[in-house]
Amino acid sequence: MEGVPILSLMLLVPMLGAIACLFVNAGTARTIALAATLVDFALGILLWANYDIGGAQWQFTERAPIFAGFSWALGIDGIALMLIMLSVFLMPICILASQSIDKRVGEYMAAFLFMEALMIGVFAAQDLFLFYIFFEAGLIPMYLIIGVWGGKDRIYAAYKFFLYTLLGSVLMLIAMLWMVNEAGTTDIPTLMNYDFPAGAQTWLWLAFFASFAVKMPMWPVHTWLPDAHVQAPTAGSVILAGVLLKMGGYGFIRFSLPMFPEASVQLMWLVFALSMIAVVLTSLIALVQEDMKKLIAYSSVAHMALVTVGLFAFNVQGFEGAMMVMLGHGLVSGALFLCVGVIYDRLHTREIDRYGGLSINMPKYALFFMLFTMASVGLPGTSNFVGEFLALAGIYQVSSWVTAVCATGIILGAAYMLYLYWRIAFGVQKNADAAAMPDLSAREWAMLAPIAAAVLWMGVYPESFLAPMRADIQALDARVARVKPEGDARLAMGTVARAEAHEGAH
Amino acid sequence: MDLAASLTLVLPEIILSLSGLVLLLVAAWAGDKASSAISIAACIALGACFFLVAPAVCAGASGPDTVAFYGQFRADAFAGFAKLMIFAASGAALVVAPAFFSRNGSMRAEYPVLVLFAALGMSIMVSAGDLMTLYIGLELNSLSAYVLAAFLRTDGRSAEAGLKYFVLGALASGILLFGMSLTYGFTGTTSFEGIRAALAGEMSTGALFGLVFVLAGLAFKISAVPFHMWTPDVYEGAPTPVTLFFASAPKVAAVALTARVAFDAFGPQADAWRQIVIFAALASIVVGALGAIGQSNIKRFLAYSSINNVGFILIGLATGTVAGASAMLVYLAIYVPMTVGSFVAVLMLKDESGGPIEGIADLAGLSRTRPALAWCLMALMFSLAGIPPLFGFWGKFVVFQAAVEADLIALAALGIAASVIGAFYYIKIVKIMFFDEPADTVRGRSDWAHWALLAVCAVLMSPLGYLLTGVLDVLADGAAAALFLVA
Repeated sequence: MEGVPILSLMLLVPMLGAIACLFVNAGTARTIALAATLVDFALGILLWANYDIGGAQWQFTERAPIFAGFSWALGIDGIALMLIMLSVFLMPICILASQSIDKRVGEYMAAFLFMEALMIGVFAAQDLFLFYIFFEAGLIPMYLIIGVWGGKDRIYAAYKFFLYTLLGSVLMLIAMLWMVNEAGTTDIPTLMNYDFPAGAQTWLWLAFFASFAVKMPMWPVHTWLPDAHVQAPTAGSVILAGVLLKMGGYGFIRFSLPMFPEASVQLMWLVFALSMIAVVLTSLIALVQEDMKKLIAYSSVAHMALVTVGLFAFNVQGFEGAMMVMLGHGLVSGALFLCVGVIYDRLHTREIDRYGGLSINMPKYALFFMLFTMASVGLPGTSNFVGEFLALAGIYQVSSWVTAVCATGIILGAAYMLYLYWRIAFGVQKNADAAAMPDLSAREWAMLAPIAAAVLWMGVYPESFLAPMRADIQALDARVARVKPEGDARLAMGTVARAEAHEGAH
Repeated sequence: MDLAASLTLVLPEIILSLSGLVLLLVAAWAGDKASSAISIAACIALGACFFLVAPAVCAGASGPDTVAFYGQFRADAFAGFAKLMIFAASGAALVVAPAFFSRNGSMRAEYPVLVLFAALGMSIMVSAGDLMTLYIGLELNSLSAYVLAAFLRTDGRSAEAGLKYFVLGALASGILLFGMSLTYGFTGTTSFEGIRAALAGEMSTGALFGLVFVLAGLAFKISAVPFHMWTPDVYEGAPTPVTLFFASAPKVAAVALTARVAFDAFGPQADAWRQIVIFAALASIVVGALGAIGQSNIKRFLAYSSINNVGFILIGLATGTVAGASAMLVYLAIYVPMTVGSFVAVLMLKDESGGPIEGIADLAGLSRTRPALAWCLMALMFSLAGIPPLFGFWGKFVVFQAAVEADLIALAALGIAASVIGAFYYIKIVKIMFFDEPADTVRGRSDWAHWALLAVCAVLMSPLGYLLTGVLDVLADGAAAALFLVA
């Protein structure tokens, strides 16, 4: 593998595929898109297989100083590896889920392939400005995906998505310019170990927070998400929930925490407050939704709040939990959107009331839907349990109050998800057209089965996913060790309890 | 410095004036049927000047060797960098014109001649080392521009644009002259070098007034707020190839001239002009952005967009540093192909009979009826909005980087936040082209020259443009250093 620029290759394949898709007819575009994403997935597996766990922190590094002011620098650590895997895993599924798109297929596939390249670029960039370019550039294809192929209110949703995220991230650019001016380098690994003056950190942290909080999204800047999700086509929602939201969490773990540890502790209360409000409030909002996609969108906000509290727990469990929630949520919310898409393709409505009793005529569908519902609730044995448990265990060391409030979110999560499942899959078949829907086709099997397998794998043997990230999370833990906050739950037995929890995590 | 050396330094200007005069005679005797031959000859003259200037820019020419006529004229790398853009943009204005004017038989032989004289004026402007040279260049450019704006004699809007431009331009020239006379009165000299020496130390109130009036006059030329009112009307009324010209070359010249006046002549009093420039920059960004939102004519829309862009350029000026001047030049180098490309795309919007289409609503669904045109225009719009990975982002990036390095963080933060307002109307154009149902009014075909020019601009603005950043950076740094070396 030495000498092969595999990361550049992973960016190049979808990019070339996208350009090709623009010039061919619908059928060929579908084939090209599927082939390109599968090749990228294969490259991703190759990447994972060759990733040396316990080796150098940054692997597969490439550096080409072809630009003025910044360079084409790529490289991954375990955290980036996992998120890249998530992206390349979901992309072929998204392409399969886009069978019902029948207008302007070539452009649609091109937009998705561009999106894939940009997502990989965000996670692989090792240069601050290169990261920014990839991070921002994602707005363009997503704007087109929502605006051209979205639902009825797509234009409003597209504007809102674009302007919200742009406003969030332009301030981050100013902060980046300041940092580069101060530190004299654009290299992310160097910056991660650079100690910025504590006074400036607060401002820098807030500027980055403006961007990542919108992307995440955190309450109260989450309002673009339900609109964007509801209006986007199914595959767009999957990518949005599965990967794009993770960019916010990735930003926190890559930038805010290691680069501004003092400010992170100083403003920890802000993150906790917003996250607690988000967990409870958005869960309650989800409970009363009549639109399936909106319900899942609000549940995403609640789950992402668990990620932020986990990250700002400043301990290994918290970080690992946050990462696992991100990966698990990426799979599960993506799968839930696919489940919605499956029945939306048949009945063309997202209104929960129009369905009912689907377990009678669509038993296989109901089974998959059940699995993903349970995973979303955080049932042991599924991916989300691992992450949620670790995140809550981590945060308990810092604040029992925050833990208590966030744990309420899990209960509420069970409530709205089970309520959703009950209304759709159980009960009487009150609508004749819903009762007449056929069960899963082979294509839909091919979409849902891999995610189901991954969800179970992650729930039963999370070590496969935790192992590559362990060293990086420990490095982060060591980096923030000097500012680690004193927890309120440290009674006499605190140390022992922490050690046990630590053992349990591994 | 002997006369021969001075004449060598002004060789591009000599070529331009001689070819302009000869072509004028040709136009007078051969009439309008020779217009295409004259256009080609004018393009060749511009091209020759381009290649004459290029070596000085590449070498980063500066110092006493570049000063001609005892400091009245400076052929340094800074002037050269601006001239390259001016000649290229003037050439583009010549290339796109015939197809536009020939439709109703209004292509006249004077058009290329006027463009040549305007280019000559701009070339003198950017090389000015003296208030007199400055004024001669400025007026030569302006007088040609007034005629060009009114070039469609039978069209009421064009005549209106010419008249408005003339009246307001004359007013601005008056203000500028007044400022120049005050400056002369309080410093006792018209040369930039002399003014610079006289202004060292405490600044008298009279000289401050001179500075304010000179800057106000120049702000009119670059259409910075609050002297921007003429821009939308003139851009809308003038024939589109002329608008393309106005939006690109004179803007470069006026910005470069302003930079030279500010850094060179008024260099010691940077604190005095910085607050004026900061105000003009922020006001231009906001007014340009807000003004564009309600427009229904694409040329008016692009006029406000150019006001908005000038605001970003002025942020580079406000820094008062070499990096800021270099950032301005990089921004201009990106802005010129961006704006030329946008206007070429506008020129390519034609109805069935080949008549121009200027309504934004007529763009509806363009991505389905004319996908290639729509994709190019989309790239240009996102580029104007400064969204990466398009190259327009790089211009904003270097300007804000210079501002942050100069410790003007509040200015940078406000400017970039205001750029989000601007993004709204650029993505509105994309929305109309891509999301709306086709209006199907754009049906006319365009010739290969337009397509080639549009393709070049779109490729430059695509992510491929970033490969040029290295070269651009070196050239702009050399040019900016030349400006400061004299100063």
